[in-house]
Amino acid sequence: MLEYIRILSNFQVCLAIYKDVRFEKMKGIGKTYMLKKRNFWVILTGVVIGASAVLLTALGNPGNMGFCIACFIRDTAGAAKLHTAAVVQYVRPEIIGMIIGAMAIAMLSREFKPRGGSSPMTRFIIAVVVMIGALMFLGCPLRMMLRIGGGDLNAVVGLVGFIGGIFVGTLWLKGGFTLKRAYSQSLTEGVALPFAVVLIMVLSIAVPTLFAWSESGPGAAHAPVAIALIVGLLVGGLCQRSRFCTVAGNRDAMMFKDFSMLWGFLAVIVTTIVGNLITGSFHLSFADQPVAHTDGLWNFLGMALVGWGSVMLGGCPLRQLILAGEGNTDSAITVTGFFVGAAICHNFGLASSGAGPTTNGMIAVVAGFVVLTVIGLLNRERA
Amino acid sequence: MNTVDARGLLCPEPVVLAQKAIKGAPAEVTVLVDAVAAKENVTRFAKSRGYEVESSEENGEYSLKLTKK
Repeated sequence: MLEYIRILSNFQVCLAIYKDVRFEKMKGIGKTYMLKKRNFWVILTGVVIGASAVLLTALGNPGNMGFCIACFIRDTAGAAKLHTAAVVQYVRPEIIGMIIGAMAIAMLSREFKPRGGSSPMTRFIIAVVVMIGALMFLGCPLRMMLRIGGGDLNAVVGLVGFIGGIFVGTLWLKGGFTLKRAYSQSLTEGVALPFAVVLIMVLSIAVPTLFAWSESGPGAAHAPVAIALIVGLLVGGLCQRSRFCTVAGNRDAMMFKDFSMLWGFLAVIVTTIVGNLITGSFHLSFADQPVAHTDGLWNFLGMALVGWGSVMLGGCPLRQLILAGEGNTDSAITVTGFFVGAAICHNFGLASSGAGPTTNGMIAVVAGFVVLTVIGLLNRERA
Repeated sequence: MNTVDARGLLCPEPVVLAQKAIKGAPAEVTVLVDAVAAKENVTRFAKSRGYEVESSEENGEYSLKLTKK
């Protein structure tokens, strides 16, 4: 914890490292090169994500929602009529761009490798649970960071829950929790999900009447399609290079005292704060935040569920999109679980709204903790 | 020689296994991984714990030889 505070208070060092990296890069040698190169990519990714989020919001995306993996998958699921919540139906090009951007870079760097078979059905269920937690809080960990960057103090409560959930997850990992090995798979397996999302994107443009489109609410707020898609491609590619993950930063700091990914976490928040101050959209408060509610307990528990579930999955929702783009079919199944989970949340009244959480949602979050505990108990390997 | 097979495992599991393997500070441990991200993570972890890392690749699988400095 002390280490955390030390890092938080020393963010200016970050900029110094940034300059240092470029210097090291020019020399191309040096013992610490690998470490710093990683920091460079992670921080660059964080800055680009933060800046793009502010840009996308200025161009029409919902407030503090330049990106939100959970919300955008939910919107896309709604557009495909997997649920019928009229205010959240829109095919989000950001999601599709991120998967394809990651796939393109992975193919170029010869890291595209179809593999899977690491407890797919269990992953699917954990994904549904993570989605229930995210829609209780109203955002994935990335949107939580963007909300903090917009001055939404409810998201700070969410962050505390998130860190708590990750901590619980790391205890399970240390206790031998594993979803077992993945194995090499066919090319068809690896490209199936990327192909499916491209098909959705093409159809949504060519035959828009196939889909449902929100006329009001968050689903009706969006940046121009082309810009959203290009930003998605760019961010997806960068995340593939840097292995950016909102969970890994905290998890690795706790488990291995490895703070490299935490720089990216901080870079997103700092960039968003600066960006929002420039565009005049920084408002420090609990009340009246865009697409958010003020129920502290359930914001905390929702994100705790997301943190714990994401550690079990080996990465946050954003990271799952990127891995799916790299041909990881377990992550593709996880992303499919997010889609189904989003539909379940809205079909059964589990998702919160600006008015607050629902009773069904509270029951589902508690059930989610039970499900994760059972999965944890049944998937331990003794050393 | 001690060998840890972390092939097919998603991070951070390869690092957890590497962490367990070097607990008694052995002179040499080999870690097998099959993803670039896992290779980077194990390498970074081992270096931070005072190990030299030598990696060799075969058919997309990496063998990381950790030697105590």
